[in-house]
Amino acid sequence: MAYGMLIDTTLCVGCGSCEEACDTANKLPVKRDERLSESAFLVVTDHGNEVYSRHQCFHCVEPTCASVCPVGALYKTKEGPVGYDADKCMGCRYCMAACPFRIPTYEWYSPTPRVRKCIMCVDRVVAGQPTACSEACPTGATIFGQRDELLAEAHKRLAAEPKKYVPAVFGEREAGGTSVLYISSVPFEKLALPTNLPQTPMPHYTWEALSHIPAIVTAAVPLLWGVWWITNRRDEVAEAEHGKKTASKSEEDHA
Amino acid sequence: MKLPKLTFWRAAAILIALAGLVVTFVRFTKGIGAVTNLNDTYPWGLWIGFDVLCGVGLAAGGFTVTAIVYLFNLKKFHEIARPAVLTAFLGYILVAVALMYDLGKPWNIWHPIIYWNERSVMFEVGWCVMLYLTVLALEFSPVVWEKLGWRRPQAIIKALQIPLVIAGVVLSTLHQSSLGSLFLIAPERLHPLWWTPRLPLLFYISAIGIGFAMVIFESRLSSRAFGRELEMPILSQLGKGIVIPFMVYLVLRMEDLYARGVLQEYAFQPTLESRMFWAEILLGFLLPVLLLLSPAVRNSKRWLPFAATIAVLGFMFNRLNVSITAIQARTPDFRYFPSLGEFVVSALLVVIGFTAFAVAVKYFNVFPPAAEQDERIVVGAGMPAWWEPAPAAGSAAGVGSYTRYEGLPPAGSDGPRGVPH
Repeated sequence: MAYGMLIDTTLCVGCGSCEEACDTANKLPVKRDERLSESAFLVVTDHGNEVYSRHQCFHCVEPTCASVCPVGALYKTKEGPVGYDADKCMGCRYCMAACPFRIPTYEWYSPTPRVRKCIMCVDRVVAGQPTACSEACPTGATIFGQRDELLAEAHKRLAAEPKKYVPAVFGEREAGGTSVLYISSVPFEKLALPTNLPQTPMPHYTWEALSHIPAIVTAAVPLLWGVWWITNRRDEVAEAEHGKKTASKSEEDHA
Repeated sequence: MKLPKLTFWRAAAILIALAGLVVTFVRFTKGIGAVTNLNDTYPWGLWIGFDVLCGVGLAAGGFTVTAIVYLFNLKKFHEIARPAVLTAFLGYILVAVALMYDLGKPWNIWHPIIYWNERSVMFEVGWCVMLYLTVLALEFSPVVWEKLGWRRPQAIIKALQIPLVIAGVVLSTLHQSSLGSLFLIAPERLHPLWWTPRLPLLFYISAIGIGFAMVIFESRLSSRAFGRELEMPILSQLGKGIVIPFMVYLVLRMEDLYARGVLQEYAFQPTLESRMFWAEILLGFLLPVLLLLSPAVRNSKRWLPFAATIAVLGFMFNRLNVSITAIQARTPDFRYFPSLGEFVVSALLVVIGFTAFAVAVKYFNVFPPAAEQDERIVVGAGMPAWWEPAPAAGSAAGVGSYTRYEGLPPAGSDGPRGVPH
């Protein structure tokens, strides 16, 4: 049961209701930043010409952040959201350095900092409720539902009004696909969405290297031991022969 | 007790230590953001690039030297095994200290032991570094037991020697390469001149070379500080130990960039990145190779450490290019330059490293007893002795004619022994 959200930017009027709902749901301070930060998990942006979009974690199908997190503080739920457990986190910030969407933010000015990002209201979603932002959206620009159904809905809208929409669903394949999907009347770059991402899920790049480790260890240990055994044996033999020689020599001397 | 003389380096070290205390206090009360130029756009900086990537790399001599001494049984290198293990041990301790600053919640550093994510490179690096630090502590421990006169632990470590060395080589192979793998996951966040699927291989091979370079570099420093003769026949051999991995490195790296078309596309543009790339390749890797290919350089007490130093600088330049230059190139909305606080902490670690090394060498039998110890320097300092100024060139009897290191000889001079004109 993997849920997601579909954001139809043509329906967004930039009212900011979703931001407010997000702040309340996540108990964030009222004063918020204009870009994603520790106090803003969701930001609505005015792109001019009455084009608005919203920005937050994309909740990848195969999330980079969860794959790089050494302690599994970031985790993908089978319901879709990518959650975060601050108690496990040690603050290496590899998630921030690796995220292809550059989403996670940090409490830089706290002595006990946490990674901060949209968690797609993981507790609500797991309990079968919709996300706070989608519930608050007055125009239906953000809708909540199962990812495959949302994807079908997106394609239905694209097919129904091909002149209105850019003919693609952002998030269908980017970095292996995301739970949050976008359709738009302007090219995705104009919405500041990263369009240069590979379709391969990013964790596969790492796995190419990591998966060799068992083989390396299995090969290296006997190999190194073998090297030692041979060089050591050679020394022993040399020593024994040397000893014999000196022994026989002393016998000759004696004779 | 007479106070030690206040030399330039001691004064600098004290200043750095004091500044370090201030930065440490602010870091742990006000947060990482209060002392660094890091932010949400640029989450990894100098502490990762220099303190961790360079620190671990430069400590690679620990596994390479123990491998040639104990596994390949090249006994003549035995006398550099202890300094190499000491360097590695201190190096990894310093990396752990650096992580105390860079990790947001350093008190959770042990969490990978109980919370597993075997798909994370960082998880693997964490485990390898923890285990290798243990191996290094055990490998270095005989020096301490020997001083204390404890026979039994000495015997136990001796019995475990070969398994320990093998474990050290395997663990180092894994995490030295994995430091490169860390960046594999972000191809679109690194400049193409540095992102390659070969990053793990390249990190590993360059680490092998640089481990030997560091042994030469340290021998040079401690020979100056303690008035020891440089172990030239051994160090010359280590010079070759730099050349071969560096040559393999250059071939693998250039071939990969060429085969993927990156070299043709990016290396000849008038950009900062292409200049940094060529500076790194030509000055950092090719120059030391060319120098060390010459037997005259390898056999020169002056030129060999010089070439090794260039290799060390080139290696650090590479790690900083991967972790800063390449990432900066793909971070258009923020220009990162390390803050004073970041520099202070990094400098503090270097000071701690040198001091700890000097103290260890002073109180333990790290180097074999030299035939002609220069008592004047070894005794009487009461402080890390390598800070003592070197005596003027040519004036120190018993230290050999080699005492001062000033890089290249002046043009027209006779030059160091054996260097062709």
